[in-house]
Amino acid sequence: MLSAVWLIPALPLCGVLVLALFGRRLGEPLAGWVATTFVAGSFVAGVVTWIGLLGHDEEHRQVVFRLFTWISVGSFSVDVGFLVDPLSITWVLFVTFVGALIHLYSISYMHGDDRFGTFFCYLNLFVFSMLVLVLGDNLVLTFLGWEGVGACSYLLISFWFQRDAAATAGKKAFVTNRIGDWGFMTAMFLLFWTLGTLTYVGGSGGGLLSASETLTTGTATAVALLLFVAAAGKSAQFPLFVWLPDAMEGPTPVSALIHAATMVTAGIYLLARLNPVLHLAPSAGDVIAVVGAFTALFAATAAVAQRDIKKVLAYSTVSQLGYMFLAIGTGAYVAAIFHTITHAFFKALLFLGAGSAIHALDGEQDMRRMGALRAVLPITATASIIGWLAIAGVPPFEGFFSKDEILAVVWQDNPGLWFVGLLTALLTAYYMSRQVFLVFFGHARWDDPAHGSRHPHESPALMTIPLIVLGGLSIVGGLINLPGVETLGHFLEPVFGERELHLTVSGASQVALAAVAVVVAVVGILIARRLYLRDPVALETGEHPSVEPELLRRAWGVDGAFSAFFGGPGRRLALAAAAFDRSVIDGAVRGTASVVQRTGQRSRVIQSGLVRRYALGIVVGAVVLMVVVAVGA
Amino acid sequence: MLSALVILPVLFAVAVALVPARHAPAARWLGVAGATLVGVLSVVVLVRFDVGDGGFQMVVDRSWISELGVSWHLGIDGISLFLVVLTGLLFPLVMAGVKPEGSAGQHDARAYTAWMLLLEAGCLGAFLALDLFVFFVMFEVVLVPMYFLIGGWGHGDSSKAATKFFLFTMTGSAFLLVGIVAVAFLNQQATGTLTFDLVTLADSQSLATTTGRWLFLAFAAAFAVKTPVFPLHTWLPDAHTQAPTAASVILAGVMLKLGTYGFLRFGIFLFPEAANYFAPLLVTLGVIGIVYAAVVATMQPDLKRLIAYSSVAHLGFIVLGLFAFTGQSVTGGVIQMVNHGVSTGVLFLIVGMIYERRHTREIAKLGGLQKSAPVMAVCFTIAMFSSIGLPGLNGFVGEFLVLIGSFSTRRWWTIVATTGVILAALYLLWAYQRVFHGTPEGDNATMPDVTRREGLVLVPLLACIVVMGIYPRPVLDRIEPAVDRLVARIDDRSPYDVPADGGTAEEQR
Repeated sequence: MLSAVWLIPALPLCGVLVLALFGRRLGEPLAGWVATTFVAGSFVAGVVTWIGLLGHDEEHRQVVFRLFTWISVGSFSVDVGFLVDPLSITWVLFVTFVGALIHLYSISYMHGDDRFGTFFCYLNLFVFSMLVLVLGDNLVLTFLGWEGVGACSYLLISFWFQRDAAATAGKKAFVTNRIGDWGFMTAMFLLFWTLGTLTYVGGSGGGLLSASETLTTGTATAVALLLFVAAAGKSAQFPLFVWLPDAMEGPTPVSALIHAATMVTAGIYLLARLNPVLHLAPSAGDVIAVVGAFTALFAATAAVAQRDIKKVLAYSTVSQLGYMFLAIGTGAYVAAIFHTITHAFFKALLFLGAGSAIHALDGEQDMRRMGALRAVLPITATASIIGWLAIAGVPPFEGFFSKDEILAVVWQDNPGLWFVGLLTALLTAYYMSRQVFLVFFGHARWDDPAHGSRHPHESPALMTIPLIVLGGLSIVGGLINLPGVETLGHFLEPVFGERELHLTVSGASQVALAAVAVVVAVVGILIARRLYLRDPVALETGEHPSVEPELLRRAWGVDGAFSAFFGGPGRRLALAAAAFDRSVIDGAVRGTASVVQRTGQRSRVIQSGLVRRYALGIVVGAVVLMVVVAVGA
Repeated sequence: MLSALVILPVLFAVAVALVPARHAPAARWLGVAGATLVGVLSVVVLVRFDVGDGGFQMVVDRSWISELGVSWHLGIDGISLFLVVLTGLLFPLVMAGVKPEGSAGQHDARAYTAWMLLLEAGCLGAFLALDLFVFFVMFEVVLVPMYFLIGGWGHGDSSKAATKFFLFTMTGSAFLLVGIVAVAFLNQQATGTLTFDLVTLADSQSLATTTGRWLFLAFAAAFAVKTPVFPLHTWLPDAHTQAPTAASVILAGVMLKLGTYGFLRFGIFLFPEAANYFAPLLVTLGVIGIVYAAVVATMQPDLKRLIAYSSVAHLGFIVLGLFAFTGQSVTGGVIQMVNHGVSTGVLFLIVGMIYERRHTREIAKLGGLQKSAPVMAVCFTIAMFSSIGLPGLNGFVGEFLVLIGSFSTRRWWTIVATTGVILAALYLLWAYQRVFHGTPEGDNATMPDVTRREGLVLVPLLACIVVMGIYPRPVLDRIEPAVDRLVARIDDRSPYDVPADGGTAEEQR
C-alpha cells in the first residue's frame, strides 16, 4: 500500500496539466471540481499510504521510493524520490485534507472570476509543490517544493494583478522569501561539503540525518541558524514577517490555504526534519526560541489594532507561528507539530469564516463596517465562534491542548519565555474576541448609507460545508494528542527519538499551568467584552481608539522602516550604481573610442569613409598581418 | 560531419546572396531551410555522441595551410556539444520566427539572411575548432555579420552601438592574436615544429611559468570582453538595445558563450597553471559582476537593457563556476551557458514582440500587458522564473551546481554570489510588475497577444526550459566526462587540489 505514495503528488500535478491545457474549456464550475477531485484523490492516496506505514514496525516506518536521478555530477547526486515517514505523512494528511476543503470552498468563492480555471491551476500547483516539499527525500527536492510554493504564493497573491497593491504584495512576498532562500542554499552547501550527501536517508554513509551526528558544534550551529533564516522567511518570523500581512491582498481562500494552514508551516517542517542538526546546536535552539517568542508577542500586539478583518488574522498567524518556533527551539518538536495541525484547522476555519463574511458584505473587509452578522450568517458565525474559542485556548477546543502543551514544556525549560508565551495568550484571546465581537456581535454597522444598502445573506453550501467540517475538527482536534495518551507523540517518536524534550513537570503542576492559561484566556475575552461590547461608543463606531494606537496598527513601524530604507538609501544606492556604470565605466570606454575615432579621421585619405568597408578592412588586415608575421618568422 | 556543420551555412549564405532580387522573399525561406538542415545535423551529432567518452569525438583533421602548420582540425566533446546543438536549433527558430526589422525593408531580406547564416557558420566553427588559427578566424568572422546586423537592421543609434561593439571586441581580439602567434612560435622554438593544433600545444607545455601567465592574460583579455566580464561589459547593453531581436537572441544565446567557452577550451586547457594563478582575480570579477550588474539592472528604464544587465550577472555565475575548478562548478558553468541561451533567448524574443507592437521598450510606457496578452505573460513568467533560478526549471540546475561546486574552493565568494538569487528576483519581478501587472491603458490595452508563428518559436524553447529542469541527466552525463578531464588537467599541472567527497580543499590540506 505504501507504493501509492507517488500518487500523492502526481494527482495534483495531473490537475495542473489538465487545467493548464483545458482550464478555459472546462470553465466554471467544472474546472474547480476537477481541481478539487485531484486534491481529494491525493488525500485518499495519503490515507492509504498512512495505513500502509502503520503496518510497519515502529523502527521501520521510514520508507524511501526513488523515481529517478535528478542532478548528478561527481560526488554530488540527488534523486527525485519520496521519503515516507511519520513526519512527512503527518504533513501530507493535513495539507491534502485542508487543501481539498479549501478547493471546494473556492468553487463558490471564485464564482464569476474570468480567470476561474487559472486560479484552480495555480491552487493545484501549490498543493503539488507543498507535497514535494514534505515528501522529498533530499534537501534539494525539498527546496524545489519550497521554491514552488513560493512561486505559487507569488502568483496567487498577485492573482488580481490589475490592482497595484496585489501586484506589489506578491513581489514583496517572493523577494522576502528569497532572503530566506539564501540561508537555505548556503546551509545546503555547508552540509554537502561537510557530510558529502544531501539525501535524508540511505545511500553512502546512511544519509544526511544519521551522518549529521558527526557534525561539530560550530558547523551544526551555522547550519541550524542558516536553516532558521530560511524558515523565518517562509514562516514569517521577525524581521522577515513583513510580507505576510501584505499577502492578504490575495483571494481569501489563498490566505486560508497558503498563508495560514500550509505553506507558512514549511519552516516548522524544515527544522523538524533536520532535528538531528538542531539537537547538536543548543545555542541555535536558544536563538530560535527567543525569536519565536518575540515574534509571537510582537505580532499579537500588532493584531490588537488592525481594522481589516484579514489583517487581524494575518498578524495572528505570524504570532501563532512564533509559538511553534518557540517550541521547536526548546526541543519540543511534537508540541510544535501538534500546534501546527490544530492551527491549520482553526486558522483555515477563521479565514474561511472571514471570507464568508466578506462575501456576504460584497467585499467589505473593514470591521468597523461589520457587526451583528450572527443573525444573518448563522453557520458562518457559529463556525467562526468555534475557531475563536479554539485559538483563544478555551477548553475543550483543540487550541487549548496544543498551546498548553507548548507553554508547559517552555515553563520547564525557560520560565522567562513561558511568561512571554502567556502574555501572548492573553493578547490572543483579547484580539480574537475583539474581532468576533466586532464582526458577529454588537450593532450592525454595514448598512451605512455612505456605503449603500446591503443585504447580507448566508453563503452557499459549497462554502458552508468546509466551515462545518473544520468547525467540527476545531472542537475535537485536541484528541490527536491528549495529555497522557499522546497519540501524535507516539506516532512521531521514530522521527525525534531521544532528541524530543519530554515533559517532566509533575501532573499537579501541569494542571496548575493549564488553569493559569485558561484564566488568562478568560481575562482576555472579558477585557475585549468590556471594551467592545459594553462600550456604547465602540458599539456604534466599531472602534475603540484609545486601545488601537496607530503605532500598533503599523506593527511598530517595522515594515515602514524597511520600505523607507529600500525606497530611500537603497534606491539611491542602486541609482548611483547605474550612474557609475554609465559615466565612469562606460566613460572610460568612450574616451578610448574617441581617440580611436580621431585617429581614424586623420587617416581618412586611405579610407573610403564607409564604416562597412572599414569593418571589412580590419578583418582582412588582421588576416594579412597574421600571414606576414607567419611568413617572416 | 562536423565540417558540414560549418560549411553548409556558408554554402546556403552564398546561395541566398545569389537569389535574384525579384525573388527576395524566397531567399528568406531558402535560408531557413539551410539553417533547419544544420539544426537537424546538429541533432544527428547529439545522437551519435558517445556518452561516456570525455575526449574529442568525430574528429576531422586535414592539413590546411601546411607551411604555417595550420590544419582544419575540428572535434566535439561534452563541453562544446550542447553549445553546438543550441546554435543549431536557435538559428532556424529565430530566422523563421522573427521578421527582419528596421527601415531596411524587403529587398534586404537576402542580405539579412545571408549574414545570419554566416554568423551561424562562424559560431559553429568557433565551437568546433581544435586549431588555434581556425578558432581565431572563426572568432573574428562572427564579428562581421553581427556588425552588419546591428548596424543595418537595428534601432536608434544603431551604427554607433555597432561600432562600439566592433571596436571593443576587436581590441580583445588583438590580444588574442598576439597570444596565439606567440604560443605557436614559442612552441616552435622549443620543439622545432610549427603548429597551431590545440591538443599538441596543450600537451607539449613548453612554456615557462611566467610566459604562460602573460599569454593566459592575452587570451583572457579577448574572452573577458566577449563574455563580458566586469568591468568590460558596457558594450553589451548598448549592443543589445540597438540590435534587432534576432541578433539579440543570437548575441546573448550563442555569441557571449564564445567568451566563456574560450576561457574553458583555450585559456584553462592551454595554461592550467596560469589559470589557477589568476583564478582568484577572475572569480572576484565574476562575483562582482553578479552583484553589481544585478544592482544596475534594477534601475534600467529600458526593458531590453535590463535583461542585458541580467545577462552580465548570469555570466558572472558562469565565470565563478569555471574558475572554481571543481567538477560540479565547471559542469554547472557549462550547462548554464546553454540554459542562459535558452531562457534569455525567450526574454529577448518577448521584448522584441512587445517592441514590434508598441514601438517602445521603455518600462514606464508599458503596463498591464497581462490583461491584453495573457499568453505572452505566461511565457515571460516561465522564462523569468528560469532566469531567477527556480528549481524545476533549467536555470536552477546550472546555478545550483555552480554554487555548490564553488563553495568548496571559494567559500566566501560563493556566499556573496548566492545573494545574486535575491537580487535577480528583485529586478525581474519588479520589471514584470511594471510591464505586465496593473491596469492597461491606451495602446497597452489593445496590444495583440502572441501569434501562432511566434508561439511556434517560443514553445520549443519553453519546453526545453522545463525538460532540462526536471531531467537534466542526459545533458549532465555528456558534459561531465569532458569536464572531469579538464579539472584533472588543472590538478596535474598546477598546485590546485580537487576536493574529494565530504571535505573542503582547505580541510584536506
